[in-house]
Amino acid sequence: MTGLNPAAVSELAYTADEMMTVAASRALRDGMTCFVGIGLPSAAANLARATHAPGLVLVYESGTIGAKPTELPLSIGDGILAETADAVVSVPEIFNYWLQPGRIDVGFLSAAQIDRFGNINTTVIGGDYWNPGVRLPGAGGAPEIAASCREVIVVVRQSRRSFVERVDFVTSVGYGSGPGDRERLGLTGAGPKKIITDLGVLEPDPATLEFTLTGLFPGVSAAAAKERTGWDLAVALDPEIIAGPTPAELDALRNLQSFVPQTHPTFSPKPTPGSTTDDR
Amino acid sequence: MAEIVSLAEAVQRAIHDGDSVAMEGFTHLIPFAAGHEVIRQRRRDLTLIRMTPDLIYDQLIGAGCARKLIFSWGGNPGVGSLHRFRDAVEHAWPAALEIEEHSHAGMANRYVAGASGLPFAVLRGYNGTGLESLNGDHGAAPTIQPITCPFTGETLTAVAAIRPDVAVIHAQRADRSGNVQFWGIAGVQKEAVLAAQRSVVTVEEIVDRLDPRPGAVVLPSWTVSYVAHVPGGAHPSYALGYSVRDNDYYVAWDAIGRDRDVFSGWLDEHVYAVPAGKS
Repeated sequence: MTGLNPAAVSELAYTADEMMTVAASRALRDGMTCFVGIGLPSAAANLARATHAPGLVLVYESGTIGAKPTELPLSIGDGILAETADAVVSVPEIFNYWLQPGRIDVGFLSAAQIDRFGNINTTVIGGDYWNPGVRLPGAGGAPEIAASCREVIVVVRQSRRSFVERVDFVTSVGYGSGPGDRERLGLTGAGPKKIITDLGVLEPDPATLEFTLTGLFPGVSAAAAKERTGWDLAVALDPEIIAGPTPAELDALRNLQSFVPQTHPTFSPKPTPGSTTDDR
Repeated sequence: MAEIVSLAEAVQRAIHDGDSVAMEGFTHLIPFAAGHEVIRQRRRDLTLIRMTPDLIYDQLIGAGCARKLIFSWGGNPGVGSLHRFRDAVEHAWPAALEIEEHSHAGMANRYVAGASGLPFAVLRGYNGTGLESLNGDHGAAPTIQPITCPFTGETLTAVAAIRPDVAVIHAQRADRSGNVQFWGIAGVQKEAVLAAQRSVVTVEEIVDRLDPRPGAVVLPSWTVSYVAHVPGGAHPSYALGYSVRDNDYYVAWDAIGRDRDVFSGWLDEHVYAVPAGKS
């Protein structure tokens, strides 16, 4: 009955990024093991642990297994991860003993570019590899996370720049060029099951494995999602309208984020105004 | 047996122009003070090896110390780009930078092979990736090759061992004999030191006796070349139990690293004008 109270309504106002992070957190179930990439995936995984999935096991590539941070780490190796972990192992061990055999339920990744088969680029954009337009950070743990986790969820803001017909570089393999490719390549995990964006959710078509818009956030149209996709985005017959964040979810997310130093968005491929290094 | 010397002397004796140098520390225990001393002593043509180049190699690359970078993730964690690294790759400033790029799993296994005295390591990795397909391209020797399991016939991936001339790490403690102990996120430092010909270890503390500590990595004195007492030598990274990661520094670095002139001013003020171990 306070739904019409303007103060309460404004408390529930949220950003597209918050909606994305909340939706991503809901994709994680209690008790799962989750290999967490830094940035958007880390925020979502920690939100899940702070809300509906207190038993979620967070695994970071720094070798911290079962980390329970109370504030969002800036890096994958902040002290709070080691101090709260069930176990801290070396980097060779985290990849060889824990990731490679398929012990981890879900890999949580982000992307600079992604294509209709969920292949991810975080390496270079434009030019060629040896003379790139933009040099991105590169692979990190992602190729083997994408290969070996039982399944993968990708969290990425949706735009024509990030959702491309063809990625400029395949850093991490989704479904390659379609059905059969993961098996042919010997990738042991099932591959990407969801792409969660700031507009909605995409899932692979069971037959073609092409990512299809299956969910929309409140107030977002399928046309808007198509407009912000660099390929002819397939849309499910009746996309689910995903519920907005609950007050508890928003509170928990803002509480986690209140500790993080202000940063620039990662992987911005735009040249920076005033940069002395940009001669393109 | 490790010699306990000053940081300046350790770098002078262990690291020479043209060497391959692995300064390791996975977010935690990054040997920044040693890196700054390498800049200060104006080493050139180094092959820098590191899983996550981080700010330490952004600084060394921008200062013109590097000819080649072997790495697996070159970003400012949680913040964005390493702009000096990008400027070198995209615009060859201050010099062209050759790169040899891997995934974390590949790099970790390359160090394991080096530490094990083997020519390569085996993993499931790289299949279908661009890193695999450009391997050996551009005149470089290939470091990723398919290999058939002699028992099952399965096709796996072999990665070439890393054997650096020098490994440089930061640790919490050493004793007066040069035995080294570190704990918390241990990264690949043990493997890097055991894979290298020579090593430099900076430490927070030199103690009479290393109390046993569950989960700690110990490098016996006879596996280490030089130990230098450099409290705070990991800053803006951290040493668990001694300091916390200076996340504000990582955020502030974005603006410093972004601009050549600002960066050069930073180098003058915070590295060249500062005595060894104080930056």
